[in-house]
Parts: sequence; structure tokens; C-alpha cells
Amino acid sequence: MNSNYYISSFCSIKNNTISLNGSMVYSNENMEFLEFIKAAYKSLDTNYPKFFKMDGLSKLAILAAHVLFKNENINQDKDNDIAVVFSNKSSSIDTDRKHQKSIENKDDYYPSPAIFVYTLPNICIGEISIKYKLFSENSFFIFENFSAQHLLDYANSLLSAGKTEKVLCGWVELDGNQYEAYLYLVTKIGTILHSKENIIKFYNT
Amino acid sequence: MKNGNKKLDSRMTEVYLSYNNIVSSLGFDSETVVSNIHNEISGLQLIDDKEMFFKSFCSSIINQKELNNSFTSIAVEGNFTRLEMMMITSLNRVIQDTKIPLTKNVGLIISTTKGNIDILDKNSKFLEERAYLGSLGKVIKDFFKFKNDAIVVSNACVSGVLAVTIAKRYITQGIYDNVFVVSGDIVTEFILSGFNSFQALSSEPCKPYSKNRTGINIGEVAASVLVTKNDTNLAKEAVAILGDGSCNDANHISGPSRTGEGLVRSVKLAQKEANISFDNIDYISAHGTGTPFNDEMEAIAINRLGLQNVPINSLKGYFGHTLGASGLLETIVGMHSLYNNTLYSSLGFEEIGVSQPINVITKTITKKLNIFLKTASGFGGSNMAVIFKKINMTSK
Repeated sequence: MNSNYYISSFCSIKNNTISLNGSMVYSNENMEFLEFIKAAYKSLDTNYPKFFKMDGLSKLAILAAHVLFKNENINQDKDNDIAVVFSNKSSSIDTDRKHQKSIENKDDYYPSPAIFVYTLPNICIGEISIKYKLFSENSFFIFENFSAQHLLDYANSLLSAGKTEKVLCGWVELDGNQYEAYLYLVTKIGTILHSKENIIKFYNT
Repeated sequence: MKNGNKKLDSRMTEVYLSYNNIVSSLGFDSETVVSNIHNEISGLQLIDDKEMFFKSFCSSIINQKELNNSFTSIAVEGNFTRLEMMMITSLNRVIQDTKIPLTKNVGLIISTTKGNIDILDKNSKFLEERAYLGSLGKVIKDFFKFKNDAIVVSNACVSGVLAVTIAKRYITQGIYDNVFVVSGDIVTEFILSGFNSFQALSSEPCKPYSKNRTGINIGEVAASVLVTKNDTNLAKEAVAILGDGSCNDANHISGPSRTGEGLVRSVKLAQKEANISFDNIDYISAHGTGTPFNDEMEAIAINRLGLQNVPINSLKGYFGHTLGASGLLETIVGMHSLYNNTLYSSLGFEEIGVSQPINVITKTITKKLNIFLKTASGFGGSNMAVIFKKINMTSK
């Protein structure tokens, strides 16, 4: 079942390349994830020093949101009625391992709140909400694989229930050196139909 | 036009919370747990187990022997983690009670913050794959032979109550007729060490909203509920979901907003959808973790909403903070509270320790109840508010 909603733009970060609506905006081969995302941050004129305090998953999510929202001319200085619906496979496992390592050895015990707070996947949504003043609904779902159907159904339900004006949807996954982000914005007016086919097509772009 | 109709339809579909279960240190079914709450018995106790944590802590922990016994009566074979045993034990009771066949129209939602996080410990006998939340979903799905994959939600401490509204949305969208929701988290060194690093962990039973509060306790439960659109064969304590709202603070990832902005907006959204006046709210089941920032934020939000005279409690004094399960656990207790026409004491409360007045329930009393508001807040700036109304007016 399709809806009367639209996809206004999409962004993906994978294989050391960032693209917006299918066109490359940044690429840097032969770098590990953290190095790559930092280089991309610098190159894309992001100017958000909090970035450096974030865990890998939040860095990935906020950079993808930055590219998308810049294109959408989202004003960071006023409230934006945009709900956030994210999903991934590995939750916050990357940071979970870091926290686990800090408590593994009783003679070298160093758990830290700065790491522990990122042991929840929805913190990356919190980071985006702070940066773009999104006082809106957010949910983080875990699926073994990317689920276009679920994202479609859930975004439609939020829009049709009048809970929000727009929905930022997507997949933000980080596990060791494996990473992938795919975000898209669902709106009430536009030209590209918010359909399962289009969500999958752009995911594979 | 098409959208307009859809909106109308979704408003007309009433969604109910029906059969439910709680597996906890206060009992393995909702009635037993609620009767212990009625008698102001806490599941919290001081635990001094150096294997688990380097210092003593106060927690409500499910007795492993009891859990094994309950579990053995339903599962014949297979290797299950502690959390899986809790969730299966809890969900099994609800599935049995409802007698609903698990067809394609039945959904499964799992809410948890950390799932089988204990598997990351190097001494765990389980493979690391089992620590992934998707694996947890698959284990529960396969155990009961659900036709649909589990939808796992992990949204910090609002997960349990968020899961209920997700179920509602799936039903109003016409995707499912019935959804089983199971929530759970366990007490682990992973969690204890994290909250301890925030210097938020109390070694005494917590005292939400009190002047002499000492921080939070972490506890564990598994809680389950049937969410349905079918108004026949409802549990006697069933409630209808009148409205929900969820708004981010857009302020800080680990601290709540000083102004309670996200919570205020969440409650207003829920009220708008419920289409009721605030005067109709008989009781607030709040988050009340017993940390100064949380309690103060809630008191400010409640006053901004003009709800300061509505009786309010935190159930953390009975279970501690049960993380991804707390929202569902407290919603279930709220359902029983309405059915029993009883306001349960906010255990641990002493002298008021928030800057704005709130009407904390200091003694368990009977009172005619009809509608309650459940709120929750969590890391990442999340807030949730849901308004429930009881169905069965001929309660005991």
C-alpha cells in the first residue's frame, strides 16, 4: 500500500563515499571509518565541535543528517517539526564493546559516563534533535536487515495521525569497521512517491 | 481526501491494552505483584555480590531458582539466556490467557535497552551473535512460532511505553489486529558500572521526589501485554489508549531539560489526541527515578501543565528502574490501579524535595478512578506520555 506522502531527498554514506540524491558529495578511499568520517566532517564545512565528543554511530548519523538538512534548507535556529525513525542491525554494539572493555579487568577498571551514555542506539537521534531543534517523536528499531516496509508503515502512521509534519527515516549501522547510513526525508508535498519501491531503489543507489 | 478518510478511520479504531503479565522479584503474575504493591512491599534489597559488582548495591532481582522452575514447566529443551527465560515466561502467560492463535494478523514487539548484553562478558557461555537485539527477537519469535518477525524497539527508558504506542499504530494502520508486546532488561555489571560512573547509583532504596534522595536503583523485570482492537474477551482490567505523545527535549543527551519542555509537549499532544480536559485525569504514573535532575524536571513540567494537584506516584521504590521494561511495567500496574480503584503509595517518599508542588501519594488509598496518565523520560532526550481509560466500569 502506498501513501500520499513523498520522499523529498535522500543521503547515503557507505564505501567511503557520501552521496546526496544519488550524486557524490564526498569520497575518500583507503581510510578506516573513524578517519573517514572525520575527514568528511572537515571537508563538508559542518562546523559543529560537539561532533568530536560523539561515538561513531552518532558521528555517522549526524553527518548524514547534515548533508540532507543542508540540502533541505532546514533552519537550525527555529523549531522543526520533524519526527525521526531510525533502524539498524547492531544497536550500539560498537560502543557497548568499548564500555565492556572498560569493566573487564578489575585491576584496570575505567567505566566512563562519556562512553556509557552512547550505549543506547537512540542517542544519535538525540544528537540530531539537539542540533536541529527537533522537539518531535523519535524511535529506534532493530532489524536483522534493512526493512523498507517497516519504515514506510511507521512513517505513514505518524503522518496520518497528525503527529508530525515530516519524518526523517533511515538506517544507521556501525559494527567495527562495517558501516552504512541511509537517510531520507518524508514530506506531505513533493513529487517522488513515498513507496516501498522508491525506498528500496534509493537504498540501493 | 484519501488522507482525510484515513485520519478519520485511525481515530475511530479504539485500541485496548488487555491481558498482561509481570515477572519480577514481587511475583510472576500481575495480580501477585499488584497485591504486594498494595501492601507496600518492596522488591528492592541490598545486594553484596562481588562477582556481580565491586560494591554493594540496592536492586530488585528475579530469583533464578524460581525463574528456572517456571521456565522448566514451559520449555522442554534449548539453551536460553536469563533475559530470554524471563521474557518467554512472561509472554507465555499472556498468550495462554488470550487464547489468540498466532496468525499473520498478530504482531510481536519487543522493547529492551540492552537485551542480552551480559553475553559481551568474556565468561559468557553464549556466542557473541546472541548479544545482537535481532537475535533476541528471533529467539522469542521462534519459541512461540509467531508468523511475523519481531519488531525490536530500543529507545532508552521510554522503550516500554513507546512499544505500546507502536503497537497501537500498527493496529490503526490496519497491519495487525493483535500485537503482543514484551519488555525486559536485566541487572548486569554493564549497567551498574555505567550508572555508577554517573554517580547516580544509590546503595539504599530510592526515594523519588524526596529531599533526602540518594539516587537510583537498577532493577529487572519482564512485562507483557496484549494490545488489541477487539473489544470482546478483554481482560477485566483492560484499558483503552486515548492518546499519546512523544517529544524530544532537543537539549541534552544524558540530562533532562531544565524546563521539562519535551515532557510538557508530550503530555499536551497526548491530551489533544485523547480529546479530554486535564480535569479528567485521576492519576499520574510518573517516571520518578529518584535523581535530582529527573524529579525536578517532572515537577516543573507537571506544574506548567497545571497537573500539580493530581495524585502522582513513582513505582521505582518497588522495583528500582527497570530500564526498557519500566514504562510497560508501570502501565500494567496503572491498569490494575484503575480496576481496583486504588492509588498506590509512592514508596520511599519522605519530605518533598522538588521546587514545585506535586501531589505525591503517600498512603495506599481507595478512590474512584477512571483515567490515568503514564509518563516516562530517558537518555537521548526522549519523553513519552500516554493517556489510558478503563473499560470495565463494574470493577470490584
